[in-house]
Amino acid sequence: MSIFIEKPPEKLIDEDGTRIDGRKPDEMRPVRIEVGILENADGSAYIEWGGNRILAAVYGPRELHPKHLAQPDKAVLRCRYNMAPFSTSTRKKPGPDRRSIELSKVIREALEPSLFLHEFPGTTIDVFVEVLRSDAGTRVAGTTAASVALADAGIPMRGLVSACTVGRVGDVLVLDVGHEEDQWGDADLALSMLVDYNEITLLQMDGTLTPQQLKQAIGMAMDACKKIHELQKQAIREKYLKIVREIAGETST
Amino acid sequence: MRPAHRRVISLLKKEYIKTIIKEDKIREDGRHPLDYRKIEIKARGGFTKGEGEAWVRLGRTQVLAGVKIDVGDPYPDSPDTGVLITHEEPLPLASPTFEPGPPDENAIELARVVDRGIRSAEAVDLKQLVIPHPTDPGRNKVYLIFLDIHILDHDGNLQDASALAGIAALMTTVIPEVKMTEDGKLEANLEKLKPLPTKAIPVSVTIAKIGDTLIVDPNLTEEEVADSRITITVDDHNRVCAIQMLGGSFTPAELELAIDIATVKSRELIEKVKAAVKEAEANA
Repeated sequence: MSIFIEKPPEKLIDEDGTRIDGRKPDEMRPVRIEVGILENADGSAYIEWGGNRILAAVYGPRELHPKHLAQPDKAVLRCRYNMAPFSTSTRKKPGPDRRSIELSKVIREALEPSLFLHEFPGTTIDVFVEVLRSDAGTRVAGTTAASVALADAGIPMRGLVSACTVGRVGDVLVLDVGHEEDQWGDADLALSMLVDYNEITLLQMDGTLTPQQLKQAIGMAMDACKKIHELQKQAIREKYLKIVREIAGETST
Repeated sequence: MRPAHRRVISLLKKEYIKTIIKEDKIREDGRHPLDYRKIEIKARGGFTKGEGEAWVRLGRTQVLAGVKIDVGDPYPDSPDTGVLITHEEPLPLASPTFEPGPPDENAIELARVVDRGIRSAEAVDLKQLVIPHPTDPGRNKVYLIFLDIHILDHDGNLQDASALAGIAALMTTVIPEVKMTEDGKLEANLEKLKPLPTKAIPVSVTIAKIGDTLIVDPNLTEEEVADSRITITVDDHNRVCAIQMLGGSFTPAELELAIDIATVKSRELIEKVKAAVKEAEANA
């Protein structure tokens, strides 16, 4: 039995639209992405999104074992979403549970439309999403980081996949659901998209929304994805600028 | 994707399905894009020993949902609510591609999406499922509701069939009255049964995209051909209460259309559930 049981707050949002963590309804939490921070992986990314701290790593294209799982006409994309035991307030039992199996599947399906898998028949591309610290919205933060890691690994892609959540607190739609809103809010929607193609690749929702609210929420999430997309591109650019600076530094000395 | 879970469909057939949808807006089994297959819901048919049950036929897809009731401790973070647990079991007898063993990601996703719809809509009034201790609320017990959905025959759209079976089974479930004595003993009156308290009817509408046409209730072949799929759950208060995209991608305009299709088609399904519940009650 856990000693870390939280009490619901008196209210999640003020009359003037200030949320429990001080944000406005359409305000995102700070997002920071870093590319290529693991040595062994073919591609990697680290994301800080609000209180989330998530690592994403990509291996491949590489040989697939067991062999009979290989596809003769394309690479097999595999994805493992995992929460560290110390990533939650009550210790999470190690290993996959039903939630993480489902999230592994939806993250894989969110990324799949972005990749040219037919270029690497008979191989696998493995994506690992490790949640080190969770603070609501780990699936969208994980998807965002994983797409950057795939780019870092040099996997041919149509574009980056960006993701964000929208929630509902009473009558107000709130962008980028925070921890308390996730726990006690009235609805929660996760969306990912290929911003360059205006294509939505992941959409999940729970809680309740009217059809009008739902359409509005999708619009809000799509606008946020465009901002996330810029941060992703900037992070990748940053890695190469760093290399350029290093080389320049070396030659000048 | 696991090869054992995929059927092989000839390219010729795939092309045929795509072509007739595109050119004639007609499907290989003669349906229009927005037609469901024939739906039969038989609640309380006596096929199980459950406190509630429903057998659903959606064309040639068949699922059987059974509800078992037990009494136990509440979750520590929600001491004043009953417990609902949903499981989905793709039996090896249902398809040549199903294998024995623990549920795979598809079965887990199926069950979790059904569960999400029921939970979000508050279809079962879990607050009413507390068995209070006469003096000490810390010793309260709650009803445990186990919803087990068995897939018997797989011809596509397991999601909608499972959601229909799940809600029909819950709405026809009866629970015995249970009282707790001062010393914590439970006394169940198995003669005195009351209906499981329910508040909403969530049904899911699964929409597939083939080429640029949206169709509802894809059969197994259409699922294999489809570019993308999405399940939208709507309840009888016209609230959207769960969404799950199942691979592929949609444009924003296609999504808007899918939402509109789901809100309209859900009414048809809700009427089917209501009729099945009414029929079960009439026969009781």
